[in-house]
Amino acid sequence: MNKNFILYAVILIFGLAAPFLFPAFKVQLSILCVLIVLATTWNIQGGEMGYNSFGNILFYGLGMYLCASVQVGMFFPLAEWTESGGEKTFVHTPTQFFQGMAAGLVVAAVVPTIVAGLIGYSILGLRGHYFAICTLGLGVAAGEISGGIEIIGAGQGFTTPPFPNVGSLEARGEFFYFLSFFTLVLTFIAVRSIYSTRFKLILNAIRDNEDKAEAMGIETMKYKIIGWMISAFFCGLAGGIMGGLVGYIDSTDVAFDGREMGVFMVLMAILGGKGTLWGPIIGATIFHIFKEGFWTFFLGWQYVALGVLIVVIVIYFPEGIMGWLREKYPERFGEVVDEKDRKAQVELK
Amino acid sequence: MDFLVFQYPMITLQACLDGILLGVLFALIAYGMALQWGVMNIINIAQGDLVILGGYIAYFMYLYGIHPAWGVIVAPVIMYFVGIAIYKLVINKVVDRDLFISILATFGISILFMQLMNFAFGADVVLANSGYGTTMLFDNNVVLPNSKIFSAFISIVFAVCLVIYMKKSKLGRAIRATAQNARAAKILGVDTEKVYAATFGINAALCGVAGALISITFTIHPYMGLPYTIRSFMIVIVAGLGNLPGVAMSGMGLGVFEEFADYILGTEFRIGSVFLLLVLILVYRRFKLSRKREYLK
Repeated sequence: MNKNFILYAVILIFGLAAPFLFPAFKVQLSILCVLIVLATTWNIQGGEMGYNSFGNILFYGLGMYLCASVQVGMFFPLAEWTESGGEKTFVHTPTQFFQGMAAGLVVAAVVPTIVAGLIGYSILGLRGHYFAICTLGLGVAAGEISGGIEIIGAGQGFTTPPFPNVGSLEARGEFFYFLSFFTLVLTFIAVRSIYSTRFKLILNAIRDNEDKAEAMGIETMKYKIIGWMISAFFCGLAGGIMGGLVGYIDSTDVAFDGREMGVFMVLMAILGGKGTLWGPIIGATIFHIFKEGFWTFFLGWQYVALGVLIVVIVIYFPEGIMGWLREKYPERFGEVVDEKDRKAQVELK
Repeated sequence: MDFLVFQYPMITLQACLDGILLGVLFALIAYGMALQWGVMNIINIAQGDLVILGGYIAYFMYLYGIHPAWGVIVAPVIMYFVGIAIYKLVINKVVDRDLFISILATFGISILFMQLMNFAFGADVVLANSGYGTTMLFDNNVVLPNSKIFSAFISIVFAVCLVIYMKKSKLGRAIRATAQNARAAKILGVDTEKVYAATFGINAALCGVAGALISITFTIHPYMGLPYTIRSFMIVIVAGLGNLPGVAMSGMGLGVFEEFADYILGTEFRIGSVFLLLVLILVYRRFKLSRKREYLK
C-alpha cells in the first residue's frame, strides 16, 4: 500500500461518483474526460518525443466520422441518412444503438492508428517547424476535403444517431460519462505503463538528440511511428465518443476543428507541462474550467481570450505548471539537489 | 472531375494567365515571409491575417469613397506600424527561443486577429470594387480583369523597389548582415533589435500591399488568412531562402496549379488541394533528403 495507490483509489472513486454528485455537469465532465485523453496522448509525441504536431485533430475528426458512419451504416443506408438531415425516419433500437456504438468505436480507434502509421512513415522524417506546419496543413486539408464529400453530409453536417429511449432521462448523460471516463482510465493506465518502460526513454532520447539516438543504434523511425500510432489510437477513440456526445458532426466546426480542439490539446499539454505524466491532466482540468467560465460569461470574446491566452502561456509559462513546480520543489520530483550547487546557479542567473 | 479544360486551349490559356497573375501576388507575400524567416528564423503563422488586415484597410477606404487603389499606399504605412507593435509586444520575446514556441505564439496572434477582425468588420465576404473593367484577348476568348493586371504590376513594382532598397540602403545592408550572422553583425555595431523590428515591419507592410491588392482583385473574409500563410510557406520551401527568382517562379507555379485544381476538382476543393500540395511537397522533400542521409534501415 503505497501513497500512489491511495491517490489513484480516491480519484477513481471520485470519478465514479461524480455524475451522481454533480448531475447538472455530466456533459461537462464527459468533455473534460475527452479533453484529458486528448492532452495526454498529444503529450506522447509532443512532449516526450519532441514532435510538436498540430495534426492530431486529424485522427480525432477521423474517429468521429468513422464511429458515426459505422453506427449508422450497420443498419441503415448511410447516404439516405445524411440526406434526410435532422428529420429522421430511421430510428435505432437500443440494441442496435449500443452494438453500432461498440463497433463504431473499434473502427474509430483502429483506422486512425493505421492512418497514423502510413502518414507517420512519410512525414515523421521531417524535423522541427517543417513537421509542425505539415501537420497543420494535414488537419486543415482533412477538414476542407471532408466538407466536400457528399456521403458524410458534406457542408450541411452529419447528425449522429440519437440516444435510444431506455426508460430513464438521465441515461444518456450517464452512458456517455462512463464511456469517456472508462476511456480516460484506459488511456491513463496505458500511458502510465508506457512511461515506465524503455520505450519512454527512447522517445526522450529522440527528443533530446535524434542523431545521437540513431548513432546509439536505436531505430528512431520505428519508435517515432509507434509513438504517433499510440497517440492516434486514443485520439480516434476520443473523437468517436465526442461525436456521439455532441450529436452533430460538421467538417470544419466540430470534427476537424483545428482552430479549437486542435489548438486546445497543444495548449492544455503546454499549460500543464510538456513531458510529464500529470501535467496534461492538470492542464486540461484548469483549461476546461477557465474555458467554460469564459465561454459562458464572455460569449463572443472567447477566441480573443484564447488568442491572448496562447500568447501569454507560450511566452511566460513555456514549461507549464509541472515545470514551475519542478523548479520550485525539485526534491518532490526525486531529484537530488546539492544546495550549494543550486545557490551558485541561482547567483549565476 | 472535369477534364474539358485540357481540350480547349483557350480555357487552358485563361487558367494559366489567371494563375500567373495570382501567383505574382503570392510571391509578394512569400517574399515577406522569406525575409523574416531568413533574418529572425521565425515562421509567422499570422502572415495571412496581416494580409487580410491590409485588405480591410483598402476596403474601408473604398467604403468612405476613396478609390481602393490608394490602399496600396496607405495599407503598407499602417501595417508597418502594426508589424512593429506586434514585434515589440510578442515577437521580441520569442526570437531566440525554441522554434515551436514562435510558431505557437504566432498561431495565437493569428486567432486573435481573426476574431478581432470578425468583430470589427463582420463575417461577410467583401470586395473593394475598383471599377477597372476587363481586357479581352484572342477574339474575346480570354477575359482578364484589369484589376488583376494592375495588382500584378504593383506587386512587381513593390518587389523590385524592395530588392533595390535591400541592396543599396544602410538598413538593407544591416538586415542582410543580420541574416547572415546575427552575432557578428552585433559585434560590428548593428543594432539587431532595431533590425528585427524593421524586418517585421517591412514584412507586415508587404502583407499590407498584398492585402490591398487582394481586396481589389478577389474577396476578403476574416477567416481566410491561414491559406495565405500556407501558400507563402510552401513557396518559400520550394524556392529556398534567399532565392528571389525562385520565389517568383514558384509563386506563379502555385497560382497556375490552383487555377487548374479549381477547374478540374471544383471550387470546393481548392483550399484543400493547396494544403494537400503542401503535405506532398514536404513528403517529397523528406524522401529526397533522406536519400542523402545515411541512416539505419
